[in-house]
Amino acid sequence: MIFESLASKLQETFKKLKGKGKLTEKDIKAAMREVRLALLEADVNFKVVKDFVKTVSEKAVGAEVLESLTPGQHVIKIVNDELTALMGSTQSKIAFAPKPPTVLMLVGLQGAGKTTAAGKLSGLLRKQGKKPLLVACDIYRPAAIKQLQVVGGQLDVPVFTMGDKKNPVDIAKAALEHADAAGHDLIIIDTAGRLHINEELMDELKNVKNAVRPSEILLVVDAMTGQDAVNVAESFNEKLGIDGVIVTKLDGDTRGGAALSVRAVTGKPIKFAGMGEKLSDMEPFYPDRMASRILGMGDVLSLIDKAQEAFDEKKALEMERKLRTQQFTFDDFLDQLEQMKNMGPLSQVLDMMPGVNAKMLKNVDIDDKQLDHVEAIIKSMTKVERVNPSIINSSRKRRIANGSGTRVQDVNNLLKQFEQMKRTMKQFSNPKKMKKGKMKFPFM
Amino acid sequence: MAEQKKLGFFESLKAGLEKTRNTITEKIDEALKMFQTVDEELFEELEEILITSDIGVNTAMEIIEKLRETVKERKISDSSEVKAFLKEIISTMLKADVQHLQTEGNPAIVMVIGVNGVGKTTSIGKIAYQLKQQGKRVLLAAGDTFRAAAIDQLQVWGDRVGVEVIKHHEGADPAAVIFDAVQAAKSRNVDVLICDTAGRLHTKKNLMEELKKIFRIINNEIPDSSREVLLVLDATTGQNAVQQAKVFSEAAEISGIVLTKLDGTAKGGIVVAIKAEQNIPVKLIGVGEGIEDLQAFNPNDFVDALFDA
Repeated sequence: MIFESLASKLQETFKKLKGKGKLTEKDIKAAMREVRLALLEADVNFKVVKDFVKTVSEKAVGAEVLESLTPGQHVIKIVNDELTALMGSTQSKIAFAPKPPTVLMLVGLQGAGKTTAAGKLSGLLRKQGKKPLLVACDIYRPAAIKQLQVVGGQLDVPVFTMGDKKNPVDIAKAALEHADAAGHDLIIIDTAGRLHINEELMDELKNVKNAVRPSEILLVVDAMTGQDAVNVAESFNEKLGIDGVIVTKLDGDTRGGAALSVRAVTGKPIKFAGMGEKLSDMEPFYPDRMASRILGMGDVLSLIDKAQEAFDEKKALEMERKLRTQQFTFDDFLDQLEQMKNMGPLSQVLDMMPGVNAKMLKNVDIDDKQLDHVEAIIKSMTKVERVNPSIINSSRKRRIANGSGTRVQDVNNLLKQFEQMKRTMKQFSNPKKMKKGKMKFPFM
Repeated sequence: MAEQKKLGFFESLKAGLEKTRNTITEKIDEALKMFQTVDEELFEELEEILITSDIGVNTAMEIIEKLRETVKERKISDSSEVKAFLKEIISTMLKADVQHLQTEGNPAIVMVIGVNGVGKTTSIGKIAYQLKQQGKRVLLAAGDTFRAAAIDQLQVWGDRVGVEVIKHHEGADPAAVIFDAVQAAKSRNVDVLICDTAGRLHTKKNLMEELKKIFRIINNEIPDSSREVLLVLDATTGQNAVQQAKVFSEAAEISGIVLTKLDGTAKGGIVVAIKAEQNIPVKLIGVGEGIEDLQAFNPNDFVDALFDA
C-alpha cells in the first residue's frame, strides 16, 4: 500500500513523548492531523472526518494514558473505539417479517453489484433455512435479467421474471403472488442501478416500495466509492428510507472509508459484505473489523486490547514480587509465552509492545515456530528443573532435547538466554520500568 | 569610559533604528497576516473542494502548494483570481500529452479493462456506436467469459449498434476468444477491434495473469497493430483508483482512461491524481445511459465542473 499504517505514523508522532500521564492538547493536535489524513486517504467523507476528529480530540485531551500503553497507542485506542462506535458496535442482522414472506429490496447505483449481491444473499439466507425467490426488476440494463437467471441457476434458487417489457411495479407485485403460491418465505428483489439524482427512476423505486412494502430496503454500495458516497446514501435514504447497507467488493485493497461515510450520514447499519468472485463470498458485516481496516492497522488494534488484558495489574504485581525475590521461573515464563501466543502472530505482538521499535522489527523475520520450540523445551523439563534450572546437567539436557524434538544446543541457548533475561529483569525494581525497558526475549 | 559612551551612542542609534525597523516589519507582517488569514481560509476552502472531489489529500495539498506560490509570486489579492489560477493549474496538468482515441490501423485494437461494475461493456457499446457513425468497420470481442450474462450484454449492444460480436460460451478461456476475434478481424478486414474483458479486482493475481496472457496473444498475433488500452474508471471511485491504475499498468500499457458515470454527483477528481502520479490521460467520459452519452474528454469543462457546487 502507498500509505504507511496509521499505527506506525502515530508511534512516530509520539516518539518524543517519553513520559506518560495525561495527553495534552498539543500532543492530540499532532496526532489528529495524522488521523485526519489517514481517514481522508481511506475515502471517508470530508465532513464526516471533520466531525469525527472533533469528537476524538475532545475525548482524548486530558485522558489518562493507560499504564500498559504508550501515548501513541492510547490515541489509537481512542480513535478505534470511536470509529467502532460510529460503525455500529454489533453485527446487525436482517429483520425477518413476523408474518412471511420477508421481502428484501436491493437498490443502488449502476455497477455497485446489486445482482451479484442478490444472488449471494439468497444463497446465504437459504443456508439459514429460508426458501428464497429472486425477482428480476432490472428491465433497463441489457441482459440484467439473464444475469440474475444465471446466478439463480448456479445457486439453484428460483428466479421470477416477466421480461423487460413490463413495469417493475407490476413485476414485483406479481412476484409476491407467485411467492405466496409457491411457498417462498423470502423474496429478494433486484432493481436496476440508477443515479440518486434521477427523479424518474427514484420515483419508480418508491412505487415498487409502496406496492410490495418490503421488510427491508438494502442499499448496495461499492466499497471503493469515494467522497460521493454520502450524497448517494443520503439521497437513497431520504427518498426511500433504507434499512441497511450491503458493502460490495471488499475483497480488493480499498480501505473502504465509504462504509463509514454511509453509516455516519444514514445511521443505518451495514449488514453484509461482499468478499469475492464466488457466489458463496458474502459475509455478515463486522463493524469492528471495518474500523481497523479503515485505519489500516489490521488486527493490530485488537492486540492493544489483548495486551491490556495480558498485562493487567494483578499479574504485574505478582511479577514484581517474583522479580524482587528472584523467583521468576520457567513456569512463569511459560505462562507469559502462552499469553503472548493468544495475542496473535509474534511479529505483531512485539510491534505493539511498548519499548519495541517497530522500524527495527521490519527487518527481523520472527518465526512463530521458534516460540513453539521454546515452549516444547520448557514443557520437557521437570517441575523441579523449571523452578531451579541450575540442576540441569548434560544428561538432563539430552533428555529435554529428545523430549522436545530439539537439539542440546537449543536447550543450552534457551538456558543461557533465560539467565540473561533474569539478570536484566533484576535491574528493574518495579514493573513499570520493566515494561518500558528493552526486554530481551530468548526467542529473539 | 569614553569608549563605553561611544558604544552607548551607537547602541542607542542601533536600538533606535531597530525600533523603526521593527515597527515597519511589524506593520508589513500585520498586513501580510491579514492578507494571509483571508487567504488561508480561502486556501483551506479550495483544498476542501479538491478533497471532496476525490482528488486525494496528497495531490490536493501539492496543488494548493503550487497555488500558494503562484499567488505569492504574482501578488494576487483577489480571491476570484486565485480560483481562476487554481483551475488553470489543474487543467494544465490534465492537458499535458493528451491524445485522442487512436483508431487508425489495420486493424486498430482497443482493449477495455477495469475492475467490476465500472461500465466496461456499456462504454464499448458507446465507442462502437461512435466509430460506426464515423463509417468504420467495427468488431467486438466478448472477452468477459466470467460474469453471468456478460456475453449477452455485449451482444445486445452489438445488435443495437449493428456490429458483429465474436463470442464463445460462458466460462470459456478469454484468451481463446481474443485469439479468434483477432483472426476474424484480420480476415474480415475490420478497421477497429474492440475487446471486452471481465471486470477484475487488481488484487487478484491470477486474474491479472489472465489479462497478461490476453495481451501476449495480441502481441503475437498482430504485433504491429495500433493499440489503445483503455482503463475504465467509475467517477464515484475514491482513492483506490490510483491503486487500480498502478496495478493494471503492470499488466498492460494503459494508453488512456474512460471516466464513466460523470452524470451523477461524483466529480471523478481521482483522475487528476492519476495524471499527476502516472501520467495516464483521460480520453473519454461517460455522461449518461444513452448510446450517444460518451464524449471526448475536455480538461477545461472537467475542471469547471469540479468547482460547481
